[in-house]
Amino acid sequence: MAEISYRDAVTRGIAQEMARDPDVVFLGEDVAKPGGCFKATVGLYEQFGGVRVRDTPISEQAILGAAMGAAMTGLKPIAEIMFSDFIAVCFDYIANEFPKARYMSNGQTKCPLVVRTANGAGSRFGAQHSQSVENWCMMIPGLKVVAPSSPIDVIGLMAAAVRDPDPVIFFEHKSLYNSKGEVPDGEILDTLGTAKILRSGKDCTIVALALMVPRALEAAERLRIDHGIDCEVIDVRSLVPLDTKTILASVAKTHRLFTVEENPRLCGWGAEIVSIVADEAFYDLDGPPVRITTPHIPLPAADIMEDVVLPTPQRIMETVKRSLGA
Amino acid sequence: MSTAKDRAPGPAGSGLNDDIGEEKRLALYRSQVRLRDSEQRAFDLFLQNLVKGTSHLSLGQEAIAAGFAEAMVKGDLSFCTYRGHAHTLARGVPVEKVLGELMQKDNGLMRGKGGSMHLTSEEHGVMGSYAIIGAHLPIACGAAWRAQYRGDKDVSVCFFGDGTTNIGAFHEALNFAAVWKLPVVFVCENNLYMEYTPIKDVIPIPQPAADRASAYGLERILIDGNDADVVYRTAQKAFARARAGEGPSLIECLTYRHSGHSRADPAKYRPEGELEEWKKHDPVKIYRERLKQFGVSDAQIAEIDASVRKEVDDATEACKAAPSPPLDIITTDVYADGGWAWRN
Repeated sequence: MAEISYRDAVTRGIAQEMARDPDVVFLGEDVAKPGGCFKATVGLYEQFGGVRVRDTPISEQAILGAAMGAAMTGLKPIAEIMFSDFIAVCFDYIANEFPKARYMSNGQTKCPLVVRTANGAGSRFGAQHSQSVENWCMMIPGLKVVAPSSPIDVIGLMAAAVRDPDPVIFFEHKSLYNSKGEVPDGEILDTLGTAKILRSGKDCTIVALALMVPRALEAAERLRIDHGIDCEVIDVRSLVPLDTKTILASVAKTHRLFTVEENPRLCGWGAEIVSIVADEAFYDLDGPPVRITTPHIPLPAADIMEDVVLPTPQRIMETVKRSLGA
Repeated sequence: MSTAKDRAPGPAGSGLNDDIGEEKRLALYRSQVRLRDSEQRAFDLFLQNLVKGTSHLSLGQEAIAAGFAEAMVKGDLSFCTYRGHAHTLARGVPVEKVLGELMQKDNGLMRGKGGSMHLTSEEHGVMGSYAIIGAHLPIACGAAWRAQYRGDKDVSVCFFGDGTTNIGAFHEALNFAAVWKLPVVFVCENNLYMEYTPIKDVIPIPQPAADRASAYGLERILIDGNDADVVYRTAQKAFARARAGEGPSLIECLTYRHSGHSRADPAKYRPEGELEEWKKHDPVKIYRERLKQFGVSDAQIAEIDASVRKEVDDATEACKAAPSPPLDIITTDVYADGGWAWRN
């Protein structure tokens, strides 16, 4: 057992899989010799060499297309898109190519690859380097989408993603790279499509993802101390497949649902969860489900503005308190 | 307006049946006739409302698909566009499988789940037909990267039209392939039109692919795409270079489509006489004459023509008789577990 950073967990997760399987290769911009723009892949080039860990030109379409062609013909590529905002310049592969090849070919074509990308706000980079775009990918049939919130989940879900036979979009959160957590020694392998109950409670269910998970946990702690409200906090971890059983069971117990989303409001993943709960657990609810999101705006760059627009522990706490009438 | 006469380099066949040989020449002829008859049949079936959806024919462009396919060996991979019937058939996929997909029947190559623009037959090395312009150039790079990584000797061959040379993925892929020295061959079929617009109206250079090769450190290669011998020899050279680890090639093949862009297009934008001029340079006609020059008898040619016609006729009848696909495959193969479940 050791405490490591979320950043180092990325390297460890990739290294674990590359050491296990020679078909795993890794490509992206500045990922090899420079060790990544966020230094999340330092040492992989030295450990596995330039044949398996390759720097590419600034060519996001070439990166994802090459990953797909390699995956179709037997390799297990991990491709980095430096900032998740850049998915927009290679969205054809994410929207049209990876997820449809198997279906359109009636099962002939396989596409076992991982696209890992730095998602989310907190770095004051402005509207084109700070977005949370997991919902861009969640809406596409054929993809799997994960977004871990802790170092152990980074390693375990990375391993699960690499070993998965389907294309997986793996969202790392920029503002979590410096966060730390306990990680056991040896191989770590998790399961896609499983949410985690990080805090058990009886008064309400708070469902969160990525950076919003530690914020929800902080809000829950303050709600307990200051107001005696006992929140259950669920880390969704995997948007596709979605662990609705865990969420529905929690709502059946607490009778209230809150989602905490960093994405702008319209069509955020929380809307889908609220819709499922409304459809299937309406009579379990004692009040309306509440979505806590970033407003429907491009993200401002300045720290004082960025801090205000993202859901904060304070906003989560106040929203829950007000909604529960406490 | 360019014509066959002033745009296409002259036939490169020297008049000797030397390096290609009779067996391969007969195969090249048979393949071209097979593509011609199948595409013509697809068009006829469309007029009878039996081909559903869209279709993009390669009538007039058969020498390219046939020439490259005959130079490929088992294990080599084809990456095609939505105009991919010919390239798929040329790798040996049965006519019935292709027509069945065009007619959206259960006997189709993908049982109706892909349609005419996405023909795929991995067992024949046909790694998909891609309907987003340029998308498959980077994908072909990836397959070639796998070959390079594993030391496999196969070549990835990527076919596309002249219009593709103006999209970003073309430039990303060419640069990527050249920098990584990948065993991939890019084949630009310049049929003079990007959909309905003359290609010359949308490029600042005479040749859309060949005149850009130098930007990637590649040789300028411009050939007569209507002469299967020229195509075949050029393909062999490019494949040898790829297999030797010397990197990619970009080959521009001049050709002309006899039909419109897609089934909805009567091609009225073409100047009068252009089609007729190019039909004098019809690849099937050229090749039939060449066989005769090499002493192949009329009877032998007629025998090939008849056997191809029989395959196409039999395929047509089989497709007409085939059932529509069952609705229970609508939700299969979304994910690798065979199903479509996105939640528990």
